[in-house]
Amino acid sequence: MSITISINGRNVVLRDIEPTTTTLEWLRQSGRTGTKEGCAEGDCGACTIAIRSPNAAGCSSWRSVCACILPVAQLADHDVVTVEGLAEREALHPAQQAMVDTLGSQCGYCTPGFVMSLFEATYRTDLTDQARLDDQICGNLCRCTGYRPIRDALETVAGTCPHDRFAAACAKAAPTAGPVDITHGEHRFLRPTQWSALFEAVAEHGKPPVYVNGATDLGLWITKRGEKWPLLVDLAALPELGRLTHAAGVYTIGAGVRLSDLEAWAKDRLPIVARMLRYFASRQIKNRATVGGNLCNASPIGDLPPVMLALDATAVIRGPLGDRRVPMSEFFLAYRKTALQPGEVLLAVEVPEPPAGARQSAFKVSKRRELDISAVCAAMVVAMDASGNVLHARLAYGGMAATPSRAREAEAVLRRAPWTAETVEAAAEAIARDFNPINDHRGTVWYRARVAANLLRAFFDETSDASTPALPQRPVGTVVIGGRP
Amino acid sequence: MSVVGRPSPHESAHLHVTGAARYVADDPGPPGTLFVVPVGSTVARGRIVRLDVAPACSLPGVHAVLTIDDIPGDRLWGPIRHDEPLLADGEVHYQGQAIALVVAETEAQAWAAARAVVVEIDVEAPVLTIDEAIARNAFHTEPHTISRGDLTGAFARADLVISGEERIPGQDHFYLETQAALATLGEDRTVHVSSSTQHPTEVQHVVANALGISNHRVVVAVPRMGGGFGGKESQASPYAAYAALGAWVTGRPCRCWLHREQDMAWTGKRHPFLARWRAAFASDGRFLGFDISLWSNGGWTVDLSGPVMDRALFHVDGAYHIEALRTTGRVCATNLPSNTAFRGFGGPQGAVAIEAAIDAAAVWLGLDPTHIRTMNLYGDAPRNETHFGQIIEQNQLPRLARTLQESADLEARQAEIRRFNATSRWRKRGLAFQPVKFGISFTASLLNQAGALVLVYTDGTVQVNHGGTEMGQGLHTKIRAVAADAFGIERDAVRIMTTQTDKVPNTSATAASSGSDLNGAAVARACQAIVERMRAVAADTLDGTDPATFVFANGRVSIPGGPSMAFGELARSCWAQQVSLSSTGYYATPGITYDPAIGRGRPFFYFAFGGAISEVEVCGLTGEYRVLRIDILHDVGDSLVPTIDRGQIEGGFVQGMGWLTTEELQFDSAGRLLTHGPSTYKIPSAGDVPTDFRVDLLRNATNDKVIRGSKAVGEPPFVLALSVPGALRAAIAAFQSDAHPPFLTLPATPEAVLRAIERIDDAESAEERRVS
Repeated sequence: MSITISINGRNVVLRDIEPTTTTLEWLRQSGRTGTKEGCAEGDCGACTIAIRSPNAAGCSSWRSVCACILPVAQLADHDVVTVEGLAEREALHPAQQAMVDTLGSQCGYCTPGFVMSLFEATYRTDLTDQARLDDQICGNLCRCTGYRPIRDALETVAGTCPHDRFAAACAKAAPTAGPVDITHGEHRFLRPTQWSALFEAVAEHGKPPVYVNGATDLGLWITKRGEKWPLLVDLAALPELGRLTHAAGVYTIGAGVRLSDLEAWAKDRLPIVARMLRYFASRQIKNRATVGGNLCNASPIGDLPPVMLALDATAVIRGPLGDRRVPMSEFFLAYRKTALQPGEVLLAVEVPEPPAGARQSAFKVSKRRELDISAVCAAMVVAMDASGNVLHARLAYGGMAATPSRAREAEAVLRRAPWTAETVEAAAEAIARDFNPINDHRGTVWYRARVAANLLRAFFDETSDASTPALPQRPVGTVVIGGRP
Repeated sequence: MSVVGRPSPHESAHLHVTGAARYVADDPGPPGTLFVVPVGSTVARGRIVRLDVAPACSLPGVHAVLTIDDIPGDRLWGPIRHDEPLLADGEVHYQGQAIALVVAETEAQAWAAARAVVVEIDVEAPVLTIDEAIARNAFHTEPHTISRGDLTGAFARADLVISGEERIPGQDHFYLETQAALATLGEDRTVHVSSSTQHPTEVQHVVANALGISNHRVVVAVPRMGGGFGGKESQASPYAAYAALGAWVTGRPCRCWLHREQDMAWTGKRHPFLARWRAAFASDGRFLGFDISLWSNGGWTVDLSGPVMDRALFHVDGAYHIEALRTTGRVCATNLPSNTAFRGFGGPQGAVAIEAAIDAAAVWLGLDPTHIRTMNLYGDAPRNETHFGQIIEQNQLPRLARTLQESADLEARQAEIRRFNATSRWRKRGLAFQPVKFGISFTASLLNQAGALVLVYTDGTVQVNHGGTEMGQGLHTKIRAVAADAFGIERDAVRIMTTQTDKVPNTSATAASSGSDLNGAAVARACQAIVERMRAVAADTLDGTDPATFVFANGRVSIPGGPSMAFGELARSCWAQQVSLSSTGYYATPGITYDPAIGRGRPFFYFAFGGAISEVEVCGLTGEYRVLRIDILHDVGDSLVPTIDRGQIEGGFVQGMGWLTTEELQFDSAGRLLTHGPSTYKIPSAGDVPTDFRVDLLRNATNDKVIRGSKAVGEPPFVLALSVPGALRAAIAAFQSDAHPPFLTLPATPEAVLRAIERIDDAESAEERRVS
């Protein structure tokens, strides 16, 4: 009942691990205290480490992840690097040296986490613009420096790809994640590699298990609520879940696809997916969080559900008896409740190509631009016939109701009407009939209602020049266009 | 060449980046170390009717559960007023107040047992807000008033009289390292406490008093802090005392370390303030009179609230000379965590209202707010005396404002903003100039003292002990430069040691931006004493020359153009000749006085000055905005280490920007903090900081009062962030066609900005206008 993890180049065998022991707990208890706890909720990045994960090229890449919400059992068979493993005797890694040279550390407590985010950046070849640089460190909070020196350090190392042992490791495929089955007291952790093994274990258990993949939400149940489960099943090693394909006018996105991979893939295929992912959590979270996790969580303030609703996606659900399909519009049943039956797994979402020439956009409004939860988010797809009348309208919102929801009254106002400012104004007013939002610490009823309507106005305006407008490098807000005078 | 004034990396940078830097929470303690968890009240106000610790005592791993009756010594503590029970004494006064302490083998066992302690409380209605406290006459202090000039006359003479009300938000420190302590018992009833504190001496006193032992049995050590910002000035003490109590009762080493959620919910924050003001202006923009009342939300005990209010009252004038000014302030008592020191210490809160007043006056008078700010700056006599009667010496404000406005290309950019705003419907830009003057010294005069102990070894290396603590601000880096320079050796030949109460006694907190002023001077004096002795030995060794002619530089001691010897060689000679190579040093700031009874005196040794210009762009559909560019010109005197000072300026500004923009503390009606983690409490992230961020240090600004001509830098730049709401108000006004000033609530979240654009809260702004 042991697992093996390679930590800083050395295989370490972990015996008798509790399934809910987080990677951060284990690292610190084993004397590796360079990695810090700042929040235990994945929001400050002081615990950032790097793991080697498969990439699209069939090789592997170092990915920054938050150790505080990652059960260490999930790292079985992984290569892990922590801040202690970067320097070669006295010689600092370039990411470390850059932080010294720019005075990127003051109190130093967030520094190991930043160093690890800069470490990932050192080997990323796609950090070519401000937006990606911002994204690379938005998951690390610093209270001392004001970030300017850390950005300078990031720009110094990003994409420099030194020929070192870390680069050499990436030329190889990531290690294969094998099956894991460990039990500690009354708690079992299972990582099956076959669907049959999964469903057999579930049937044997008799009660619905708890599924996990990225653990970016489940990790908080551990750290904030102290929860433990009789059977925790890691879906990460199952086949098919990682698919990203396009055939017969349908994009198939495996539920196990990690959001950083989806973001890169969707850029030229499903631009509103990529646009929403731009301000979705942080690099560390996107390196672990999956499509399936974000959808099955069914949070009313999740950011992908409105996009999938607007794109008329279909959920492909796998159970012991086979696969079934449920339209996304029937997937979210109630507050945090989905159409999944106990034991079923979301296998993939199928996204049809949007209608030709459709206008599409996605918006996310939050208190802070980066790594925040939305007060309101929205995804919109509108297509017209040849005479400019609306044929197809999908206005999907998050943060406005107990589930991610379409604004059906407003859609009805649009349908078959001419796509004009007057029609949009009428539809924007109809949104007030679609939703009864709540007051909470992210926004008042007034704000949510006002912004929900304004986003439709913004959509009309910003899609008048380009059908799928892209966010600029450092946008002022979620809305691209400033409007005519 | 002197190392003072030269760029330097942070003294611990190589340790920070490798994970080798040790913090209190990184130390697991010796084998057998137990974990202490406080049981926090889940009720904001009430009487404890039942407290049963037995269910917790029987749980696995639990060694003890302590209540107030288990405290052997003084049950109360408090940095000024002795009013805070270490553990609840029959009553609870805020959500999170420690009722009992669980001491267990592991952290998980301690938390599990903490949940098993049975507490039943008769709940009473809590007082949470300043308004409720005023209505119920719940105050910690009597009003303190400072007044100068003929206010009635000023208002009678004015062309414009306006009034307003500002609700100034609190702020969580969000130091990345939460409160932490490790206590170990030694022989003969002694205790060693490793604490993440800005004030080791206070921790020493609180621990000794709680245990009922004398000060000389307690040693407190501070390796470094993962951020402090004032949050560990007074409030590290109870957690250190809890660890010490656990150790005292069980005989085992004990750690106490808070998770983020508890740290945010249980510890005090920046004081929220209410400001009600009336302002009188002449039609040309001259600021004639200002009448401002302040109330702060002190929380359940006094803590440092009195001096925080005093500093607010000293800074209601901003950077402006106003002939007639009256201000009065009072601390409210509420059922919240006891609010405490936070970078600026009330100064920033005090300075908020006057900037809102100037922005409003600018709209009514049709003037540029920058013009009003610049014309009203403190100047030459008689326009150089503050409302509390202190003369502002070496006033840099007019020169600084002029230099900054030129280097930031202010006029051309304002014209460009007008063009942009005329052609953009849903986006508007705004810009604001923010001058700052900030008084330097502890307002409690006796605290302005520091000590040092410097040790020179026979290989020519040096250990420096001083009373200041390192929390990231670069104090040790500066001190190292001062010491290296005194001996003329490389920085690497000097090590700054862990701050310990057995090396330097009776220290003041590292606070009030004073760390390098006070400790730097004490260290310099200690070094000087040793240097004098070494000179004499050098003179003996090198043929009876006049000791005064020796120069200590480049690792050598020499007579210019004459003989020399290595510093280490001289150190060995001193030892061989039985000359002491260690010395203490002591420094006290001279001439600080203030009489609160008459509101007059010289509470500050000097003032630091700064200026910022911020430009923002606002989206009128969502209220979202971005800071596009920041220009700062700041006065640090002759910088001891310019790279460190720049870090303080940038970091202070961004922290201030967070306070005024995205950081929103929200409590529910039962007094529970709703925003208790970074998922809900949003400090700035990297993308909030503009890539166009220009920072410069004011040249030719030698401060003749302080070591090497330098000035304190920790707090003053925080206030520069007021330029951000100023710029937002300008952009918001550009959406509005009438000549009525916008009312922007703080923090200026996107929602607050959209509300201001759409004038949702205008009714509350209570502007009045009278143009004669």
